[in-house]
Amino acid sequence: MSASYSSGRFSAVLFKEFIQMRRDRMTFAMMIALPIIQLILFGFAINNDPKNLQTYIEMNDTGPVSRSFLAAMQNSKYFDFQGIVANTEQIDAVLKDGRAAFVISIPEGFERAVLRGDRPSLLVIADATDPAASGNAVAALNQLVSSSLQGMTDTVLQSLAARPPPFSVIVHNRYNPAGVTSYNIVPGLLAIILSMTMVMITAMAIVRESERGTMEALLSTPARPIEVMLGKILPYVVIGYVQTLVFLGMALLLFEVPFNGSWQSFLIGVNVFIVVNLALGFLFSTVARSQMQAMQMSFFYILPSILLSGFMFPFSGMPIWAQYIGSAIPTTHFIRIVRKVMLKGGEIAEIVPDLMALLVIMVIITGLAMLRYRQTLD
Amino acid sequence: MNGSAAIAGDPTGKPVIEVSGLTKRFGDKTVVDHFDMSVPKGAIYGFLGPNGSGKTTTIRMMCGLLTPDSGAGTCLGYNILTQSHLIKEHVGYMTQKFSLYEDLSIRQNLDFIARMYRVPRRTERVENALEELGLADRASQLAGQLSGGWKQRLALAACLLHDPQLLLLDEPTAGVDPKARRDFWDEIRRLSDRGVTVLVSTHYMDEAIQCDFIAYIAYGRKLIDGEAAGIPGQVGLVTWRVEGPKLAALAEELTGQPGVEQVARFGAALHVSGTDAAALAATVSKLKKTGKRTWKQQPAGLEEVFIHLMAGSQDNFAGRSPT
Repeated sequence: MSASYSSGRFSAVLFKEFIQMRRDRMTFAMMIALPIIQLILFGFAINNDPKNLQTYIEMNDTGPVSRSFLAAMQNSKYFDFQGIVANTEQIDAVLKDGRAAFVISIPEGFERAVLRGDRPSLLVIADATDPAASGNAVAALNQLVSSSLQGMTDTVLQSLAARPPPFSVIVHNRYNPAGVTSYNIVPGLLAIILSMTMVMITAMAIVRESERGTMEALLSTPARPIEVMLGKILPYVVIGYVQTLVFLGMALLLFEVPFNGSWQSFLIGVNVFIVVNLALGFLFSTVARSQMQAMQMSFFYILPSILLSGFMFPFSGMPIWAQYIGSAIPTTHFIRIVRKVMLKGGEIAEIVPDLMALLVIMVIITGLAMLRYRQTLD
Repeated sequence: MNGSAAIAGDPTGKPVIEVSGLTKRFGDKTVVDHFDMSVPKGAIYGFLGPNGSGKTTTIRMMCGLLTPDSGAGTCLGYNILTQSHLIKEHVGYMTQKFSLYEDLSIRQNLDFIARMYRVPRRTERVENALEELGLADRASQLAGQLSGGWKQRLALAACLLHDPQLLLLDEPTAGVDPKARRDFWDEIRRLSDRGVTVLVSTHYMDEAIQCDFIAYIAYGRKLIDGEAAGIPGQVGLVTWRVEGPKLAALAEELTGQPGVEQVARFGAALHVSGTDAAALAATVSKLKKTGKRTWKQQPAGLEEVFIHLMAGSQDNFAGRSPT
């Protein structure tokens, strides 16, 4: 009798499982919230065809043709004009610090050349560090050349419009002329690798002490919290350095990603980012009651930091609310720092805005962690 | 290790622990309620009570691991509210659960604890401790591989490394076999003879008998305290021991009779106890006539006393939902 299948025993296990599921709030929240978050992020926030890319114009000539072309660009929704740049230095500056995705340069004597039928060229400089982000916009440009002139009443222009395009667009892909995807992905990976290890491992290492009961023994010794925390966290800083070294070796030798910027700015960025992540792991450890929970919380954090940081999908393509969330994630700023330094040859001056953002996040996280940290067991 | 019995800072023979009004609440639960205690120097002080009675919480408050919600006191002359870091320097606290690192070796564990207390001549002390433990040849084994009894001995050795003046042992013998328990208590005796004050919590009555002083705590409140030998007298409990056939039936018969406050089975005998000696004697003489049983009056033991105290105290946790 007892060897045969018993629906009573089956339902006993079933009910027990539901009771336990309800007790473990964190897992329960994960099961409900994670699909919702994933749906929202993938459904709304992620956009592989980013519009409204920030564009600057170098106006060395004005006239009906360029005006009409610029208007067509704006109408295409791909380009969002931010302003005028006057010279090469300014072009370099807006591209390097990430203010511009495109700079349109209208050469001197452009209008006259068009009317004369010389078929001049118009230069578009694209920030190609993220080839996926700029790809569609670039593809749209050529179409805009012909369509922009169709509405013109001028007979000369109309006759021009009928024939092959009256001017051409030369796209200059800066920082990543060949459009190599790994140039974009690999530097970003450092941010993901570091935040995964630093946040998760630190949180788990601290929670492990209380989960196994060893924290009580530690607290009963005269050790000060600062001694315990520094001693516990420092090994993981070393791990972070090792990971960074391995990353650099692989990126430079295997993937042949250029390193154009300064080592100082890279080092400053890495150190600040490691500290921010450790603080975040520390904060998680003050909330989590078990290593399992610490892991779940870290996972909760890793997901948006992969999706919303500009690592996998263009940051500029996300809606504003998603960009706000993305800006609150340290990974976003560190990815920018690494890309700026490695691909664009960024110096300290160029990474200052991202560094400041990281420092603000660090202060907030550390403050929260300190509020939650308890020296005694109560 | 010998010869370090002289204890500084306490020449007047003041109590090692002196606390009053200690109260601790977790949420709306009062886990420890106005607890007073005074532990004389060099004594073995037994801290008794059922599971969940607040023993661990009280011990943690006395060594500064928990902040009491109200109350005050001193431990080794230091204020438990403000000088917990000084208390920790001179107290050896052995937690209920094994709290050394299972993934460190025995020697590494001892060495770690010695460093936390900044013990001078550390390597020598650790080697001595290993020798005394009899673990010298297994020192590189992982602590997690030790049996329950060995873990407990290792934990005790670890909290003795810094020559504490006070040992707080939280249910040190839970889950340990009788032989190991006996050895453990021999060690406690030796330490006490050297002048170390020991506060030990337990719920084994045979261990309670080994203590010089006893405090009994139930549901967060202290029910009684004093010298171990004097406790039954304080309560004024009279016990009759009955041996013979059909004790289960007799036990049922006894319940509710005048003078009978408590009937408890002890192996092949029943212990019938009450505080009203005359009424109990009357009931006993009436029942003596029925059945072929032997009745004998004897001094009430600690166990009867505590069962009696428990029955009279209120369970303030009863009826709460599990958390």
